[in-house]
Amino acid sequence: MSSPDPATDAPLLEIRNISKFFGSVIALKDISTTVRAGQVTCVLGDNGAGKSSFIKVLSGVHRPDEGELVLDGRPVAFDTPRHALDSGVATVYQDLAMIPLMAIWRNFFLGSEPTTGWGPFRRFDREKAKAVTRKELGDMGIDIRDPDQPVGTLSGGERQSVAIARAVHFGARLLILDEPTSALGVKQAGVVLRYIVQARDRGLGVIFITHNPHHAYPVGDRFVLLKRGRSLGDFAKSEVSIEEITRMMAGGAELEALTHELAGDPGARAVAAQLDEDVTALGLKQGG
Amino acid sequence: MTTVVGDRVVDERVARIGVLRRILLKPELGALIGVVIVFVFFAALSDVFRSASGVANWLDPASTLGIVAVAVALLMIGGEFDLSAGVMTGTSGLTTGLLSTYYGWNLWAAILVSLLLALAIGFGNGYLVVRTGLPSFIITLGSFLMLQGLNIGITKLVTDTVQVGAIEQTTGYRAAHAILASTVSIGGTRFQIAILWWVLVTAIGAWVLLRTRFGNWTFAIGGDTGAARNVGVPAARTKIALFMAVSAAAWFVGTVNAVRLTSVQANTGVGLELTFIVAAVIGGCLLTGGYGSVIGASLGALIFGMTSQGIVYAGWDADWFKFFLGAMLLLAVLANQFVRRYAEQSRR
Repeated sequence: MSSPDPATDAPLLEIRNISKFFGSVIALKDISTTVRAGQVTCVLGDNGAGKSSFIKVLSGVHRPDEGELVLDGRPVAFDTPRHALDSGVATVYQDLAMIPLMAIWRNFFLGSEPTTGWGPFRRFDREKAKAVTRKELGDMGIDIRDPDQPVGTLSGGERQSVAIARAVHFGARLLILDEPTSALGVKQAGVVLRYIVQARDRGLGVIFITHNPHHAYPVGDRFVLLKRGRSLGDFAKSEVSIEEITRMMAGGAELEALTHELAGDPGARAVAAQLDEDVTALGLKQGG
Repeated sequence: MTTVVGDRVVDERVARIGVLRRILLKPELGALIGVVIVFVFFAALSDVFRSASGVANWLDPASTLGIVAVAVALLMIGGEFDLSAGVMTGTSGLTTGLLSTYYGWNLWAAILVSLLLALAIGFGNGYLVVRTGLPSFIITLGSFLMLQGLNIGITKLVTDTVQVGAIEQTTGYRAAHAILASTVSIGGTRFQIAILWWVLVTAIGAWVLLRTRFGNWTFAIGGDTGAARNVGVPAARTKIALFMAVSAAAWFVGTVNAVRLTSVQANTGVGLELTFIVAAVIGGCLLTGGYGSVIGASLGALIFGMTSQGIVYAGWDADWFKFFLGAMLLLAVLANQFVRRYAEQSRR
């Protein structure tokens, strides 16, 4: 199904003809793609395309009704998010799974707290947690003022970065990022894209879920396009251009027409680009 | 931007968040200020209030309230309420009393069985909340009313009165009295031993909340249960454990009161549930969960104890107590909100 890749090592994760039904609703039908270590696979689709269901199947929230996941060449069935995590598949959710009122270091280790002491005196190793948080964020090039500050006081981009650093620290080999750039401004989105590249360069496989081809194309190696639960194709970067991706996605044709219309003068081109951003951002908010 | 000193990375911007703001960010600050103000106020009005026997007198109600308030605060930080906590003190005392007097059990056996009953009710509360996803307010309101009815109904059935008495004649009473209801003499003044238990429970509660994994999970499920679950926090187990802790604390106080007074009224504890919540809120707990302090809840209980006795010492009508408590609650909530906004805003 997928064409041979320049990176010929065995894929980290193969997704083979996954389907998921909720009663009579076909959420996903026959989705296939591959993720390799050190590569980014982008999953693109408009609202209602099935991106959320796809993530939930990959992260162990749902079991697929058809098809299989092959991790390191072996078929796997994730029963719980914990199981997926233990297998090295970490999901950074859109809502980040972070608690705004809690300090960064508490959030960083939430659910996997290091402990010290024994028996009834076993306790959360706070010093270690703070030190590791600082170091891991530093390694990702994230400059956090103070690990004691509540996550709620961080900007959207910083929060995404902390979530990514956390997944990397806990031994993720495959990172699933759910719309990490969708709620962010242009500059903040750029910051997050840089962390995606950094995670990739550290040898992680990344699945980057987004509805914005302009965010996906610069960092992606493979592109899966979803529409109404079905796959429009699974392409290597060499096989597809950003224009084709945009056109294939919902609303792509209309947007392109609008862009052409506005492309008459250079000033309007910037407006068109901004409009594109706005339309997608707005679309996300409506669709949840 | 950052400099490395030893293996510690020091960021020069950290210093900008001054000591003052660090202190302001503590949830128990409002309660601490309240304690100082209330103490100074009544100490100025009454000599007895600030004498050793006066202190012993207002520490006593603070202690039995504080023991449950600590557990209630933990539960509130975990994002839930327990309205059955007050009446649970009655249920525990009545169970212990009935088993030991009317059925002739050893008092310790009766106390143990009432603990198991309390834990079972706490588990039931927690299990229902976790499984149904309904607000704990409604679920525990249900168990509150049911327990209230059972307390009176069963007491009447067994004793034909609305109280259980003569607990002092049961076997094992002497030891129970020594551990739960004796007094400790310090400088000639007798302090209830419950005060020591209160300090111990507060210390353990604060340690669990701030220094253990369970405490981290408590903050997390109160802040965002779904997010906590997604990163592998056993949310259901944590919540149920918190409900059981509240029931156990209520059992402890119910037992202390039963042993101290040697009789239990069938309506014991009704109305206390809100007082626990008031103490926790004065102590800095958010009603929405995810934020608060165990030490704050104990300070809230202390304010309650000082006010209830202080009004008596000042020679005022005790009816003013409720007014003071309500005003204190409002002030505490407003102060907490203001302080939290200020502290978080300035950390940008």
